[in-house]
Amino acid sequence: MNKIYKNAEEAVADIKDGSTLMLGGFGLCGIPENCIAALVKKGTKNLVCISNNAGVDDFGIGLMLQQKQVKKMISSYVGENAEFERQLLSGELEVELVPQGTLATRCMASGYGMPAIYTPAGVGTEVAEGKEIRNFNGKDYLLEMAFDADFAIVKAWKGDEHGNLVYKDTARNFNPLMAMAGKITIAEVEELVPAGELDPNNIHTPGIYVHRIFKGVNYEKRIEQRTVRKK
Amino acid sequence: MALDKYQIAQRISNELQDGYYVNLGIGIPTLVANYIPKGMNVVLQSENGLLGMGPFPFEGEEDADLINAGKQTITTLPGSAFFDSAMSFGMIRSGKVDLTVLGAMEVSENGDIANWKIPGKMVKGMGGAMDLVASAKNIIVAMMHTNPKGESKLLPECTLPLTGKRCVKKIVTELAVLELVNGSFKLLERAPGVSVEEIQQKTAGKLIVEGDIPEMSL
Repeated sequence: MNKIYKNAEEAVADIKDGSTLMLGGFGLCGIPENCIAALVKKGTKNLVCISNNAGVDDFGIGLMLQQKQVKKMISSYVGENAEFERQLLSGELEVELVPQGTLATRCMASGYGMPAIYTPAGVGTEVAEGKEIRNFNGKDYLLEMAFDADFAIVKAWKGDEHGNLVYKDTARNFNPLMAMAGKITIAEVEELVPAGELDPNNIHTPGIYVHRIFKGVNYEKRIEQRTVRKK
Repeated sequence: MALDKYQIAQRISNELQDGYYVNLGIGIPTLVANYIPKGMNVVLQSENGLLGMGPFPFEGEEDADLINAGKQTITTLPGSAFFDSAMSFGMIRSGKVDLTVLGAMEVSENGDIANWKIPGKMVKGMGGAMDLVASAKNIIVAMMHTNPKGESKLLPECTLPLTGKRCVKKIVTELAVLELVNGSFKLLERAPGVSVEEIQQKTAGKLIVEGDIPEMSL
């Protein structure tokens, strides 16, 4: 078993045009910066990206949008960036908006081997259009399908050579769910340690879900809304 | 005098109870955190994966890995817990969150809410709003009574695309506190110095006024 890759370029080398990718992160928090940079460099096109947000103009998935690498975004909240808006309005980019909890749970279902979920989110709204509605105990629920992703690309704080992952703070967000859901899961980590270094009691993503792991470099970890108080 | 946004938040804080788990939306709802009564134990849930959200960090102590759902840098508190996004909405969907406070563009007299989309304008998405309104036991809307054009936001029916149906329980505006009862807005309290007539005039949906309407206590 060797899951360790040298770097992002090597880990994403076989991602082909037209692939469906899950990309972890909430806003710019916990995004796989190294893999995004490698995909931008590689120029892979016509990608379908499942990610809660679409980055900002010059960071995160926004970098892939600038290079027109994304055919479709599946997200809960987008449009923190002007290029995104331009492509959406001009019809170059397709967008499917999904309630955030539904997005997370469709990832989760995939990782748990379940084809679909029922959720009340979106009942009575345009999100429900064309979807099966079923009543359980007097309340209506929508049938939502599990996602099917060729690659899940996640960012963790620490990982070991078995692919076990630990996330830090709210940079966890969608990462463990997506890690479980990819046909191939690529994890970039800030610290890559030998087996035995991580406490088995505190593993967030067991290594069975992770196919490739590498130590990321030069993390910028940009903050979208820096809010502080005076000492 | 109509309330300012801080006073709206302050009035909503009167709805908090000891032991409550509370989700605060972006905008006026976020301000409610500033008015949690001293000694009352209220745990704030941030849907990006944190229970026990603390105040903004001190200058120089901000951490890119620790943000709230508005993407602002925050801190933890003793007793905080982190979790993933599916668990976060799991606790919302299964009714563990006691109170949700969010903003709205329109609310209808039967409790429908519209707060995510204006057709013809750039649509940014619903984020977690649809999940929250579909499942929360107790939803309070914090909003202005009228839109910038002066038109009522309390309507017989929403004109904008819905976020959820029949889910709002209470509304706090700069003019009034209203409860959603039997397909009507029931006036509970008015802002200090605001007349019932003004509230009637600015409420397009069915308004129930029973007896003397007390002024809010802030």
